[in-house]
Amino acid sequence: MSAATSGPAILVEGLTKSFGEVHALRGIDLSVPRGTVLGVLGPNGAGKTTAVRILTTLLLPDGGRALVEGYDVVRQAGAVRRTIGLSGQSAAIQEELTGRENLELVGRLYHLSWPNARSRAVELLEQFGLSDAANRPAKTYSGGMQRRLDLAASLVGAPKVLFLDEPTTGLDPRSRLGMWEIIRSLVAAGTTTLLTTQYLDEADELADEIVVIDHGLVIAAGTAEELKGRVGGDVLEFTVPDRNRLADAAEAIARIGEGEPHMDKETGVINVGVGGRGSEALIEAVRGLDGAGVQTQGLALRRPSLDDVFLALTGHAAEEDGEPGGRKRGRRRGRRSGGSDAAKAVSS
Amino acid sequence: MTAAAPTAGAGAPITSSGPSLLTQAHWAIIDTLTITRRNLLVWIRVPAYIMFTVIQPVMFVLLFAYVFGGAISVPGVPGGYVNFLLPGIIAQTAAFATFGTAIALAQELQKGVIDRLKSMPMARSAVLAGRLVADTGRMFVTIVIVIGVGYAVGFRFQNGFGLAVAMVVLATVFGLAICCISAFTGLAIGDEESVQAFGLVWLFPLTFLSSAFVPIATMPGWLQAFANNNPVTFVVNAMRAMALGGPIEADLLKSIAWLAGIFIVFAPLAVRAYKRAG
Repeated sequence: MSAATSGPAILVEGLTKSFGEVHALRGIDLSVPRGTVLGVLGPNGAGKTTAVRILTTLLLPDGGRALVEGYDVVRQAGAVRRTIGLSGQSAAIQEELTGRENLELVGRLYHLSWPNARSRAVELLEQFGLSDAANRPAKTYSGGMQRRLDLAASLVGAPKVLFLDEPTTGLDPRSRLGMWEIIRSLVAAGTTTLLTTQYLDEADELADEIVVIDHGLVIAAGTAEELKGRVGGDVLEFTVPDRNRLADAAEAIARIGEGEPHMDKETGVINVGVGGRGSEALIEAVRGLDGAGVQTQGLALRRPSLDDVFLALTGHAAEEDGEPGGRKRGRRRGRRSGGSDAAKAVSS
Repeated sequence: MTAAAPTAGAGAPITSSGPSLLTQAHWAIIDTLTITRRNLLVWIRVPAYIMFTVIQPVMFVLLFAYVFGGAISVPGVPGGYVNFLLPGIIAQTAAFATFGTAIALAQELQKGVIDRLKSMPMARSAVLAGRLVADTGRMFVTIVIVIGVGYAVGFRFQNGFGLAVAMVVLATVFGLAICCISAFTGLAIGDEESVQAFGLVWLFPLTFLSSAFVPIATMPGWLQAFANNNPVTFVVNAMRAMALGGPIEADLLKSIAWLAGIFIVFAPLAVRAYKRAG
């Protein structure tokens, strides 16, 4: 009955979940030691959100089991809810209420007394740099501030395990950095964190361990360095405006990269992993392309992205496919993208 | 059994298996009140919501009393059309107030607020219960305002204070029943605009194709068939009899049967939609 005092904070074994014909999770295993951060990396529709929803007791799994702080998410859901905090992809706050009222409300729902709910709210607003805006309605907040308030709300109950589902999706770069700072300080204070993201750099910045999931399966696991090792270090990338010269350009840089250059005939973008010899490869590429007489645009070295990891791990790009993780999200995305997924399905 | 049971195990399993039913009920009520308070706070903060719940029914009273009223004859109704109209407007207002229920729940679902609340160790019934309590309170305020405006334009209760109160109670219970349907549609559809559009599709015919605004005898025959069996007609007729006099019992019994049926069907559906939401 009682939680194990040792062992991982999160343990997932053979977790499966399907929505009709869509197999969102096809048997994933995870283990997150206490006080560490696991980054769950994957494209839209990989199953990240489904996993988070099961671990936070919002969704029942079809098979397998999941323990949070030793409590079973199905049979001991109440105990799990007392140990976790959840911050989702959108700011789940009441925009008409002030920042302070939002946090007080959550405090009351955690059954804190009014004075305690109030002091906890003040404390968190201070910690998240929202004290000045404490008495303004949350709808006057910037996107970054709203997400910070949302994160603060997930911490009112002082959770041992924190779930952050794409905490920076949709934020501008400055707000993202601010969010990272805050997450880092939480982790330093010892909160076990499971963080889902579409961004490799985010997982790289924040996570101790990373698992990559695709189509409901864990396809790779390790530290950020290990994963990047599988991509092959830096990526050289450029665009060829004249699509007829694509093959020539690829030929010209074929020997400088590690592995075959990847070219996209639609966009004219060519990229190739160049390992640790970045600047050297760049010079060779310039010479080679110049020698072949191919014009290029935006020739540059960049850090490997999620696309590159996916390319290296799966052989296919991290394309946007449907999100089986939740009806609600699918609907929301569908509206935003003008139902392009549905349109695609119809036209094909 | 109660004597000496010094070994562990006697009461231990009960306490370790979670809070007692009484404690759970206690917290369910506290949580419901917390959510109710939140909903009412949101309501008074948004001018558009106040507009919708206060100004709109007042406009309806004035519109029907002064613009359409002259063209509608209601033979045999003491005090004329204004007296005929008020119970109908009150029922229609109560039903339309539940637009807010459906929209608010759909918004909370879309924004992830319901996910957040469901992941917390609070009573799961509180979100829905708090919504219904707050919206019923909101509805009650609107009904009182409509009666006030009604008095200003010449409406008078003809049947005593007790039956006037009974009419308000019936209107509120009717509103609460419609609230369950709206809560279900809001949670099941889960998209604000669709919920709004769908609300128009069922709430308008339900309220207007009844005895709420005009005597059913003035409608074409095929429409009479619908209006005569519309639960809103039974509720409005019972309310009208309470306010103005006339036989109450038959319409009241049919109203109670219909409202009970709506609760039995839609309250569990709303709860189920809430559990599955997200």
